[in-house]
Amino acid sequence: MSAYETQGFRLDNSGRRVVVDPVTRIEGHLRCEVNIDNNNIIRNAVSSGTMWRGIETILKGRDPRDAWAFTQRICGVCTGVHALVSVRTVEDALGIRIPENANLIRNLMHATLYAQDHLVHFYHLHAMDWVDVPNALKADPRQTSAIAQKISRWPNSSPGYFRDIQNRLKKFVESGQLGPFTNGYWGNPSYRLPAEVNLLAVTHYLEALDFQKDIVKIQTILGGKNPHPNWLVGGVPCAINIDGDLAAGAPLNMERLNYISQIIDRTITFIDEVYIPDLVAIASYYKDWLYGAGLSSQNVLAYGEFPDRANITDPKNLLLPQGAIINGDLSTVHPVDLRNPTEIEEYVVHSWYRYPDETKGIHPWDGITEPHYILGKNTKGTPTNIQELDEDGKYSFIKAPRWNGHAMEVGPLARWVVGYALKKPEFKEPVDKLLGTLGLPVTALFSTLGRTAARGLEASWAAHKMRYFHDRLMANIRAGDTSTANTDKWEPSTWPREAKGVGFGEAPRGALAHWIRIKETRIENYQAVVPTTWNASPRDPKGQIGAYEAALLNTPLADPKQPLEILRTLHSFDPCLACSTHVLGPAGEPLHTVKVC
Amino acid sequence: MEGADGERILVLGIGNLLWGDEGFGVRAVEAFQQTFSFPGHVTLMDGGTQGLLLMPFIAEAGRLLIFDAVDFSEAPGTMILRRNGEVPAYLHSGKMSLHQTGFQEVLILCDLLGKSPGEMALVGVQPLEWDIFGDGLTPLVKEMISPALRAGALILAEWGAPPVPAIKEPGSDDLLFPRALQSIELNR
Repeated sequence: MSAYETQGFRLDNSGRRVVVDPVTRIEGHLRCEVNIDNNNIIRNAVSSGTMWRGIETILKGRDPRDAWAFTQRICGVCTGVHALVSVRTVEDALGIRIPENANLIRNLMHATLYAQDHLVHFYHLHAMDWVDVPNALKADPRQTSAIAQKISRWPNSSPGYFRDIQNRLKKFVESGQLGPFTNGYWGNPSYRLPAEVNLLAVTHYLEALDFQKDIVKIQTILGGKNPHPNWLVGGVPCAINIDGDLAAGAPLNMERLNYISQIIDRTITFIDEVYIPDLVAIASYYKDWLYGAGLSSQNVLAYGEFPDRANITDPKNLLLPQGAIINGDLSTVHPVDLRNPTEIEEYVVHSWYRYPDETKGIHPWDGITEPHYILGKNTKGTPTNIQELDEDGKYSFIKAPRWNGHAMEVGPLARWVVGYALKKPEFKEPVDKLLGTLGLPVTALFSTLGRTAARGLEASWAAHKMRYFHDRLMANIRAGDTSTANTDKWEPSTWPREAKGVGFGEAPRGALAHWIRIKETRIENYQAVVPTTWNASPRDPKGQIGAYEAALLNTPLADPKQPLEILRTLHSFDPCLACSTHVLGPAGEPLHTVKVC
Repeated sequence: MEGADGERILVLGIGNLLWGDEGFGVRAVEAFQQTFSFPGHVTLMDGGTQGLLLMPFIAEAGRLLIFDAVDFSEAPGTMILRRNGEVPAYLHSGKMSLHQTGFQEVLILCDLLGKSPGEMALVGVQPLEWDIFGDGLTPLVKEMISPALRAGALILAEWGAPPVPAIKEPGSDDLLFPRALQSIELNR
C-alpha cells in the first residue's frame, strides 16, 4: 500500500506497525494493526475479524421458526437481540402480526438489555481505560466523600464507606493478586483523574457489578432464563395469568409484575444517581482528549428501535430514530430502506469470502457466505500464525457493508446524532445539557468521549422507557387484554411456497438486521449484518475504510508499548469481539503482549 | 432452603462441555446429583461458562464446593484438593477460555464486595485434552469422576451436610443436563 487519501483521511503505512491481536476463543476475535509515525501518531489502521461466524451456513435448510435460537448464539454478550431481530424477520416474511402485549414485553426485555449492557460496558469494560485503579489507594476518602456528595444524592457516600473499599483494594494490590485489574496500563501518563475520583469510580465499579445482576432478572422472568432468553415467532413465550401462581405454568402474575416494577425503579435510580454523575465527573478531566471521531462526524446510520405500537415499522412509530446522515450534513436525515436491492450492499474484496465478481456489492437477500481464506502477498508470518496482515489483500472474516456506497458508523452515538439532527427534544436536550455542563461545543460529540457519553445518556433513556413499557403493559392487562401470542400462522401449511423477509432493530452496540428467504417451509438463505460488521468493516473496492479504522487515525500514543489510546477508542464502540494487544517494534519483533479484552 | 445453621452450601461444576476435558466440572456435578441425595440446604449447579453471572449464587452461599478442570502442571488425570485462600490462585491458570479465567475474577470480586463464602473447597483434575472442539471427556479424565465425587462427599460431610447414596427412579427427570444430549456427546 502506498499512501493514499479516502473520506478526508490520509493513510500511510510506512511507519512502525503496532498489532492488536486475539487470544480468547469463545466470543469472537478482533485484530487491529496500526502504523505510527516518528511522533507515535497513528497514520494507518487495519481492522480484522479473525474468526468465521458461519451461522448463515448452519441455518440453511432449517425450520424458520427455530432460526432465533441459532442466531442468538452469534453473541454471548448482547443475548436476545439476534433472537428478537430473527423473529421479526420471520414474521415479516410470513406476514405474522403480534399482539400489543407481545410487543410491550419484547420492548421491556430489550430496554432492560440496553440499561444492563450500557452499565456493564461503562464500568466493567471501558472505565479502566480512563480510571487508574491502583492510584485510588492514594486517595483521601474524606475528599472522595465530599466529591460524591457534591455530584449526587446517592446514599453510599460516607468517608468510612470509601475508606472501607480502599482498604479492601489495598489488600489485593499488596497481595499482587489484582484479579480483574491485572492487565491495566497503570501509571500511564494518559490517565488524568485525581486519586479521589479514581477511588470513586472503583467503588462504583464494584457497586455496579453487584447491581447489574438484579437488572437481568427481568430477562429471566419474561424470557424464562438468562443469558439467551426464550423467544417465539408470533409473540412471546410468556403467558399472563394475573391471579395465578407460577405452578399454573404462566410465568407472569401480579407478584412478578410488581417485582419487575421494583427492579425498574432501582435501575432508574442507579443510572441517574451513579452512572450519569460518574460519566460527567470523569469526562470533565478528559475534555481536551477529543480524538477518535472517525466516521461519526461524516456518516452515521440508525435503523430505529422500540416500536411504540405493534406491527408498525414506519419510522414515526419507532422510539429510537431511524435515518442516515451523509458527509456531516445534519440538516438532512435520509430515509433507510432495507429492502432496496442497491441501498445496503456487502463487499468482500478485502474479506475472506468469494463472490463471482468482487468489484460489486451484494444485497443481503442474495448474500453469499462462501469462505475463501487467502492472504495478501505482503503478509508477514504464516496462514496459521500471522504476524502482520497485508491490507492490500483479503484481511478479515468481516464483510464490508456499505449504505449507498458509503462506509457508516452505527451505535449509540449514531442514534443520538440522528435524533439530534431530527431535533427531537428527548435526544437534543440531554445532549445540550451535558455539553453545557462540560463547556464543550456540539462538535465535541464526534469523538471517543462523545461515543461514551451518548451511551450513558441512552442508558438513562432506556431505563425510563422500561417504566413506560411496564406501565402500558399493566394498563392493557387491567383492561382485560392478556394475549401474548398469535399462532394463526404457526403451522407451515399456512405459509406461502416462497417468502422473503427482513427484520431490523438496534442492538445496544448498533444497527442490526437479518434477511431471510423461505422456500417450501425451510430456510433457503439467511444473512445477518451485525453492528460490528459495520463498525469493524475492512476496506471496500474503492479503498474506503470502516469506522474502527477511521476512528484510530491521527491519535497520538503516549507510550506505544502501552496502546491505551487504541483501547479507549476501540472500546468506545463496545466491540463484540474480544482482543489482546501485541506491540511490534520497527523490525516486527514483539515489544509487548497483553490481553485487553 | 437453609440448614440448621442458616448456611447454604453451593456445589458448582464449571467448564465447557464442548471442549474435551474442559467439561469435567459440569460432568462431575451431574454425576454427583445422580449418585447421591443431599440435605435441603445444599444446591447443585451446572455453572457452565457463565462467569460473572454466577456471582449472586456464590455471594449467597456460606460454603462453596467447586468441581473444575484445572491446569496445575501435573500429570493428566491427577486430582488435587485445595481449600479457602488457595482456591482462586489455582482456578484456571489463564490457558483456558475467557469464561474460566473469568471465574477466578469472580471469586476475587466477591471478596472485594465482602461477599465471599466463609469456606471454599476445590476438587480439580488435570486435563489431558482441552483443544478439541466438540469432543467429550477423555477416558482418563472420565475415570476421575468417581474419586472426585468421593472427595466432594467427604468435604460435604465435614461441613455437616453428608450426602447419602441416592435411589432414583428410572427415567426420573431431575437431571441437570438432559440424558439425550449426554448420549449424543458420549457416543462420539
